[in-house]
Amino acid sequence: MNSGRRHTKKAFPWRRSLWIASLLTPALVVMVLFVLWPLLSAFRLAFYEFNGLQPTGFIGFENFRKVLFEQPYSDWTYNALKHNIIAFAALMVFENGTAFLLAYALLKALPGHRIHQVIVFLPVVLSAVIVGFLWKLFLHPLFGLVNQTLALVGIGAIPWLGNEHTALGSVLFANIWHWLGFPTLVLLAGMQRVSKEVIEAARLDGAGDYALMTKIIWPLIAPSVTIVTILTFIGSFNWFEIPYVMAGLTGSPGGATDVLGLYFYRTAFGSTTTGIQDFGQGSALAVMMFIIVAGVTAIALRYLRRREIEL
Amino acid sequence: MSAVVGTKQTGELLKNGAIQLMLAINAVIMIYPLFVMVMSSFKTNAEIFSSPFALPAHFSLANAERVWSETNFVRYLANSVGITMAAVAMILLFSTMAAYAIARYQFRLSALVLMFFLSGMTVPLKLAIIPLFIQLDSLGLVDSYAGLVLVYVAMGIPSAVFIMTGFLRTLPRELEESARMDGASEFRIMRSIMLPLARPALVIVAIQNAVPIWNDFFFPLVLITSDNLKTLPQGLTVFVGEFTTDWGVLFTGLTLAALPITLLYIVLSKQFISGITQGAVK
Repeated sequence: MNSGRRHTKKAFPWRRSLWIASLLTPALVVMVLFVLWPLLSAFRLAFYEFNGLQPTGFIGFENFRKVLFEQPYSDWTYNALKHNIIAFAALMVFENGTAFLLAYALLKALPGHRIHQVIVFLPVVLSAVIVGFLWKLFLHPLFGLVNQTLALVGIGAIPWLGNEHTALGSVLFANIWHWLGFPTLVLLAGMQRVSKEVIEAARLDGAGDYALMTKIIWPLIAPSVTIVTILTFIGSFNWFEIPYVMAGLTGSPGGATDVLGLYFYRTAFGSTTTGIQDFGQGSALAVMMFIIVAGVTAIALRYLRRREIEL
Repeated sequence: MSAVVGTKQTGELLKNGAIQLMLAINAVIMIYPLFVMVMSSFKTNAEIFSSPFALPAHFSLANAERVWSETNFVRYLANSVGITMAAVAMILLFSTMAAYAIARYQFRLSALVLMFFLSGMTVPLKLAIIPLFIQLDSLGLVDSYAGLVLVYVAMGIPSAVFIMTGFLRTLPRELEESARMDGASEFRIMRSIMLPLARPALVIVAIQNAVPIWNDFFFPLVLITSDNLKTLPQGLTVFVGEFTTDWGVLFTGLTLAALPITLLYIVLSKQFISGITQGAVK
């Protein structure tokens, strides 16, 4: 089987190397210029003072000190961080909880489950900008579909995005509507891989639906749960478009929908509300977000992998 | 005995009914907002406010005409099509070439090269936007199609190399060997024998990259400032700004923006779902 390759190798060693190198070059050049270099630079730039686009001098941890300990920056940072944590918790409970129920319902393979699968995934393919604007219109305090529906049952107008107690929840709701199909189908794929024999054997042993779920399916879909958890975490830290479109364009009451993704963008590229535009502070935020995401993901993977069972 | 079977069956029926009900409610929550969006695009402002739940009195295309003639909408659409196609084509070309080298030849650094590509999958490129911006600025590529396309290509290559390498490795050696015996060049073998076999993986990679690129808002927001170069998601923010009080036109814009990808999705839903969930389910 190897003789052919060995033959080529002997006959044209340099031509073969050249051929392999030319296949690899374009992808490697793009990766080095637009992934590796920017990533390494991000860590370096966090330690520099900036004058517009240009780093002007090394200032040690000064940028980090500002975003973590100097008001008002630190207040904004912790406010955004708090909202990221709330968002992650809410998405785990409401989005992934619903996704789990839907996946189990779809697993039953009753008539029409294919079409339901297509429907639940439809919003996933839409741009977050479309979804954000759509729900912004629906949540309009006076004329939006949501309040007009509530008016039918006698509930007065609620300024969903204009109230600091409901703004974050509204933005999260739009996000869940947008993404629900993704965890649903990942969990469904996990459930479908639990073999029919295992389920039948459990059934024969007298397992009811509840026992089947808690004792057989839940442990066996641990890899899917791991993936969904980690993607939810990464997603909540990358969260940008929907808060930006729904509440960020005009600013939200009391910064109620500011999340790290939005705050990082504003710090780096300027905004009307904070009045700063600083690549140094922006880089410090980026580095911290990167460390949080990478660190938590690594720890979570280790912990979550431990409860996964090999079949 | 039969009574027991009877209650068991009733229980099963009830359970299935509850499941169907839950799926139906979910379907309504997913579809109804989109239905309202489409219907509202045919309505006048007054109609949207006075009878939000009714079907439009006339299926008037007046809103669509205004979107078409009074805004840069068509331009944004064309930019999105061009940028997405260029980026996906380059991702397919570059990553297939690299994956082919890694999967079909044995060379000393192949494991290391693959590792390098895979590690790119863990990098959230959004967080590297500041140095990326400086880099593109120094190359004169800020506010250009090329800059945006290169960022998307860089973003897409790692997972594309991963999927293509995995797929190309599964192809049988025999075909390649016999062509080699017949004196076919390495390029010929790749081009005419192996790549046609890789079509299913190419489709997955294309969809997996096209959807996020088509939908992306963040990179154009930072990298594009000229109105003529804006992509559709970015253009929508301009558009909404211009028509804040004209809801009929707003809903029409959203409908027209959602239409292309929704139609494609309905035709190719299976490929879309496996394309987007592929990386996760692996």
